[in-house]
Amino acid sequence: MFIRNVLTTLIIGLTSVSAAFASGGDGPAIPSQDWSFSGAFGTYDKAAMQRGYKIYREVCASCHAMKRVYFRNLEALGYNEAQIKNIAAEYTVINKEPNDEGDMFERPALPSDAFISPFANDNAAKYANGGALPPDLSLIVKARGNGSNYITGLLTGYEEHPPHGQEVADGQYWNTYFPGHKLSMAPPLMDGQVSYEDGTPETLDQYAHDVVQFLTWASDPHMEIRKSTGFKVIVFLLMFAGVMLSVKRKIWSDVH
Amino acid sequence: MGHGPRDGFDNPIIEWVDSRLPIFTMMQKEYGVFPTPRNFNWFWNFGAIAMFMLITMIVTGIVLAMHYTADTKLAFDSVERITRDVNGGWLLRNLHMNGASFFFIAVYIHMFRGIYYGSYKGPRELLWILGVVIFLLMMATAFIGYVLPWGQMSLWGATVITNLFSAIPFVGEEYIMPLLLGGFSIDNATLTRFFALHYLLPFVIFAVVFLHIWALHVTGSNNPLGIEPKGPQDTLPFHPYYTMKDFFGMIVFMILYAWFVFYAPDALGHPDNYIPANPLVTPPHIVPEWYFLPFYAILRAITFNFNLFMLAGLGLLAVFMVEFIWRYKPKYLSGAQGILLLVAGGGLAVFGLLADFNQTWAIPMTASTDVPISAKFGGVLAMFGSIGLLVVLPWLDSHPIRSARFRPLFRVAVLVFTLSVFVLGYAGSQPSDKVYLSACLGDAQACEAIEHGNADHIEAGHEPTVLALDNTMIAQAFTALYFSFFLIILPLLSRFEKGRELPTSIHEAVLAKKQKAGA
Amino acid sequence: MSADTDTTNDNTPHSAHDAEGETRRDFMQLLASAFGVIGGALAAWPLINSLNPAKDTLALATVEVDISGIPKGEAKTIMWQGKPVFVRHRTEEEIKMAEAVEVQSLTDKQSDKERVQRPEWLITVGVCTHLGCVPVGQKMTDTRGDYGGWFCPCHGSHYDTSGRIRKGPAPKNLAIPPYEFINDTTIRIG
Repeated sequence: MFIRNVLTTLIIGLTSVSAAFASGGDGPAIPSQDWSFSGAFGTYDKAAMQRGYKIYREVCASCHAMKRVYFRNLEALGYNEAQIKNIAAEYTVINKEPNDEGDMFERPALPSDAFISPFANDNAAKYANGGALPPDLSLIVKARGNGSNYITGLLTGYEEHPPHGQEVADGQYWNTYFPGHKLSMAPPLMDGQVSYEDGTPETLDQYAHDVVQFLTWASDPHMEIRKSTGFKVIVFLLMFAGVMLSVKRKIWSDVH
Repeated sequence: MGHGPRDGFDNPIIEWVDSRLPIFTMMQKEYGVFPTPRNFNWFWNFGAIAMFMLITMIVTGIVLAMHYTADTKLAFDSVERITRDVNGGWLLRNLHMNGASFFFIAVYIHMFRGIYYGSYKGPRELLWILGVVIFLLMMATAFIGYVLPWGQMSLWGATVITNLFSAIPFVGEEYIMPLLLGGFSIDNATLTRFFALHYLLPFVIFAVVFLHIWALHVTGSNNPLGIEPKGPQDTLPFHPYYTMKDFFGMIVFMILYAWFVFYAPDALGHPDNYIPANPLVTPPHIVPEWYFLPFYAILRAITFNFNLFMLAGLGLLAVFMVEFIWRYKPKYLSGAQGILLLVAGGGLAVFGLLADFNQTWAIPMTASTDVPISAKFGGVLAMFGSIGLLVVLPWLDSHPIRSARFRPLFRVAVLVFTLSVFVLGYAGSQPSDKVYLSACLGDAQACEAIEHGNADHIEAGHEPTVLALDNTMIAQAFTALYFSFFLIILPLLSRFEKGRELPTSIHEAVLAKKQKAGA
Repeated sequence: MSADTDTTNDNTPHSAHDAEGETRRDFMQLLASAFGVIGGALAAWPLINSLNPAKDTLALATVEVDISGIPKGEAKTIMWQGKPVFVRHRTEEEIKMAEAVEVQSLTDKQSDKERVQRPEWLITVGVCTHLGCVPVGQKMTDTRGDYGGWFCPCHGSHYDTSGRIRKGPAPKNLAIPPYEFINDTTIRIG
């Protein structure tokens, strides 16, 4: 068998039968969106983040936790202290410590509390979702390659009818951009589902854009200061390099 | 160090200290007036840059350790807390995680320079070996450090790599693995010991770096011409000439480093490591950090067992190589015996390999259950062997000329070797079964069916032969190239390469170059 | 960084042109040193600053306490910034005792009025100002010292019903944390 393969390889070298590069990817390329936060001077769009947060609260949060984001972090979305306190107070949490009688008790959430998870633990979340665990969204953009574009693609990439020859089981949905295409999450967003107060169009594309803006911030809350610090650091280093080059040249100028 | 006569210092405090502990005299001698070849090029910056990266890693690491919790339940959260809540924690973490990559970049360039300019040759063999020890310690430290954030890649990378030790015959599975892990799998006990070691090893590296520099200051530096300085006209004092040059190079390197830290902090990492470790779910495609990829490719390239036929064949070939290639003149064997050795060894090895591929032949002692070195263990040996070869490099290449500038064949060999390391790195990043090139031989209709993914519809008896060049084959070819560079090409070149005429002195070469540039 | 020692075998005479070069070199070296020092200091700052309290720690810097359940004469201990805070519901008698003290006779001269917002509620940090022990006296049954307040068992400091040091080695009165009454039954500390 092996010898035969070797021999045929040699023959191929002579006859050169059709050779094709096998494509590496799976499914169509993810379209790139135009983001306010991309580029060296990118910043988050606060209004979009607020709308995105509204979508998260009204839609995503019924299944997906965001355990690493705290109400106090909402300051970055442009809310003030009182607003944050009111938002937090809409939720109740079980206090970490028991009360004086030794019983656990519920209290209104405070800005220092993390976002409230929809399920008590992963097992409860799986049980309620037909065995599939809805991932925590705090880091979802960083935890997926090309995160912001991928998630936008995922949210808008559902097809009601799978392509010819493909079948989708009950409780699964065809998604163009999901690896393997068969996704347990039902299409979460549709036109007009969440009402916007600022007159922004209530369309699926807009929703996806806004919620991804919010999720990108949640994954990478220090992006703005990171980039602005980086600019200063690099300018400083460039000037330093220029001065050092001149010092070095001057010192080396008397070497023959 | 620092013994012998002292010149004394004007400053009374410095003089007071120096007369009791001549540390200033030593600094003056080793870093001030230290005679350094005057013809360094920019490749000679990377030792200082690597030192700068080591210090950056230690300093940021100590501060990060103050915020980190080594507990499987808390580790991921504590790292996220560092990036989200600790003041400037995002910066420290980005500096540390990209710092590892940039430390390796600096060290790889430093190593390339060492090979290209023959810096490993006598009298600098020990200096070079200490460098390889540093490299091994760095790899251990980096691997262990990648486990600490306790993401999916941390856990599964660690699982895959620690499982390598189970390949060690007799003791691996039963004794070494439990000892290494402190349990039955990578768990809390493993994480806490890895953290302790990750804190310790950098200081061990620092100590070996000290020895490395000490050895350097005994022999003095090599230089692009590879000839020893003959007198003061060939050297410059280290300060200010090379301190300032190193400083400038360091800042340029920092610009690149800063660009990654501030604008692409996650570009060199893997997204899966932002998913908390889950012992029940393996990521679809496990890849190590980029700096391990060439070695990972070598590990995966060994897909065949080493049965007794192959080992016997390789043994005979080794005898041939020692006798006829490494030695200038055969000592024990005649030419005819050599040819016999070559044919017998090669034949046995090829036969063993064929017997391994074709298990249906049922040749005795080739079944995968009774081979002395399984594919898995073979991979481990090849991977460690690929680094081990660096240790013996000074003896594999015994050519009297150091620098590739005066050895045109060696220069081509080094560049091809470097290219093979890059190709291996790429192969390490891709799935083993990835097909680059395929050709279909036989029935045209059947071939078309395969191309359209309808292989089920092909009539029996009309199956075409599909030939595919996959990732494993690439890795195997370039692994062979990697090993033959050390074991065959270098010894052969040591014997047969004539080399160009060396300049008489560094000073003259520099002057000649200047005149040429001026003319 | 003295580079002015002429280390080469250069024998060209030093002309005016060279001297000018010298000054420029000195200036550039000075500038380079300045960049180095400033850069080093700027790089050191994030390392040091990271050791300051983190945002999650600061977020817990205030606590709200329901004080409706504390009967007269009793006290409650609350955890605030990792330290105990004593919230004492004082009796009429205790208030009188605290107010009657001659301020000038005290080690740390403070009147009771300066130490409370509402006389019936005394809120102090429960850390002895001597060496940081937690004084006893929160429960009615505790030893409350010679002045009916708190008694620090470590080195025998006695505090009165206003939390002022009266006897013993402690140099100062028990500290008053920043607090405010949100309503009659809730206070916010911090």
